[in-house]
Amino acid sequence: MTMKWRGWALATGALAISAMAQAAPPTAAMLSNACAGCHGTNGGSAGPSMPSLAGQSKEAIVDAMKKFKSGARPATVMGRLAKGFSDADFVAMGEYFSKQKLHATNQTLDKAKIAKGASLQETNCGRCHIEDGKEGKDDTPAMASQWLPYLQIQMADYLSGKRKMPEKMEEKVKPMSKQDLDALLHFYASVK
Amino acid sequence: MTLDRRNFIKLLGGASSLALAACAGTGGGLSGPTGGRRVVVVGGGYGGTIAAKYIRMMDSSIEVVLIERNDHFVSCPFSNLYIGGLMKDLSPLTIKYDKLTTNHGVKVLQAEVTGIDAAKKIVMTSSGEVTYDRLVLSPGIDFRTEEIKGYDAKSTPETIPHAWKAGPQTVLLRKQLEAMPAGGTVVLSIPLAPFRCPPGPYERTSMIAMFLKQHKPKSKIIVLDANPDIVSKAGLFKKGWKKHYEGIIDYRPAKKVTEVNAGKKMVTIEGIEDVKGDVINLIPPQRAGHIAVAAGLVGADKNWCPVNPTTFESTIHKGIHVIGDACVAGAMPKSGYSANSEAKACATNIVNTMNGKELVDFSGINTCYSFLSAKEAVEVTGVYKVDKAKNAIIAVPGSVGVSPDLSEIEAIYAESWLKNILTEMST
Repeated sequence: MTMKWRGWALATGALAISAMAQAAPPTAAMLSNACAGCHGTNGGSAGPSMPSLAGQSKEAIVDAMKKFKSGARPATVMGRLAKGFSDADFVAMGEYFSKQKLHATNQTLDKAKIAKGASLQETNCGRCHIEDGKEGKDDTPAMASQWLPYLQIQMADYLSGKRKMPEKMEEKVKPMSKQDLDALLHFYASVK
Repeated sequence: MTLDRRNFIKLLGGASSLALAACAGTGGGLSGPTGGRRVVVVGGGYGGTIAAKYIRMMDSSIEVVLIERNDHFVSCPFSNLYIGGLMKDLSPLTIKYDKLTTNHGVKVLQAEVTGIDAAKKIVMTSSGEVTYDRLVLSPGIDFRTEEIKGYDAKSTPETIPHAWKAGPQTVLLRKQLEAMPAGGTVVLSIPLAPFRCPPGPYERTSMIAMFLKQHKPKSKIIVLDANPDIVSKAGLFKKGWKKHYEGIIDYRPAKKVTEVNAGKKMVTIEGIEDVKGDVINLIPPQRAGHIAVAAGLVGADKNWCPVNPTTFESTIHKGIHVIGDACVAGAMPKSGYSANSEAKACATNIVNTMNGKELVDFSGINTCYSFLSAKEAVEVTGVYKVDKAKNAIIAVPGSVGVSPDLSEIEAIYAESWLKNILTEMST
């Protein structure tokens, strides 16, 4: 189909869209928009047990999706959904969500726990969860402003062994009390 | 929100003096020139709200008019939880449209669509005519009541609720359950597939059984299913019913209700077997929403609208796209999440077409939760794409499946599913 013909068809509306040129494979936006029903428009979640994807690094999303696909990370829907996409799709979605602005959540948090978490995080977690958890080293996920219930569900999975901690994280987490860990989660949830 | 004529003109006139002139000239509506850049979306549910919002997000120079008869929308997903007594009212399931206007510039017209002229590209409404360059229909479903003898489309649901469109019908069914004496019988009639929300009737069965177990000792629910077996998540529903509702649910497959007698509170199966109930929840067989049928958009089956699997443009009328329950979306189930995915692909390809850009193939997701008890849910998920050879939407192999078991964590995720998808539709 030449541009001239196509231009005419568009201008006159004479053709159904379906009669036009072959469609391109799904773009990053097409792939990612489908996630938004559960993760919010542009990956900013309004549901307290669903993580925001907005502002995550490409590496963190690709890592998470690969682990869902292989079963290395425990899941409900995500294990099956990940099987519907290729590694190239994961990269496309990762790039898309990494370009979205970090989603600031409004949630009720305990101020004392936030303060305690703030003092704990720098020495214990700050090497990988950099910039107060707004960013992550390599494939470390961003934690800032995630919903507290989501963070608590993940931590429970880590502690029960369902989700495997990276070695460095395990070294730090194991000696900590449940109260310390809860304070850390309050802190990261509070960062905007 | 009531939208009187003056507000309507103010609302629509804001962005275009042409539109305002057209309103003044024709005594209502938006029938003037569109500059080739107006998309009209009919239906403010799971599909229509998303199509309207995403077109504006992708290209704010395109004018979008969303026409919806009500000033709010009540979600069918989760309405079974209200029926079961887990919600005190429908407010968690209700959204308004005002933020689609303030956040995205979607022009919302509260009016009844009375007809579509596909050749002239005009939508006729109770508030006048609206011209379009592209039309998106997300009309949901209507009922094939003519297939049930004795069913009057207007009066029968007033005593025999279907509760398959959320709102007053949902409230009526719950009130009837509350008023029923202990030891009573509820009859639930399920039509042959395809129908809106494949697992919906079985979630309803579970929620009604839960209500009966808690509040109406010695009551039971007889499920008359026209299908040969449970249509969706069969193993999980059977497991949940055995676990929680043994002796309460009397499930009878291959029982097609063909007749109803509202006065006697009775349904008849294939003209030979009568079943009486204190409460009867008759879900009639379904087809695309009335407006799509009237516009001649249904296919050879006379029920559903065939569409191009990439653009969701009708294969019958050019320039009209049909999304959601009303369309034939190949392997995708008729669910709210499917409508959400379809709306985004449709929006993408309308915007690309209007801007002379290449079309993009569909990629979509379905995720659909069902509650079995107050705290346990199950889900089905899948990833869907276009099979070029078949020219149809297919499920990506390996991606479709159901929960391994009933679980509390699925119920927690389900709550956030609802919060996110309704927020997407209304902000």
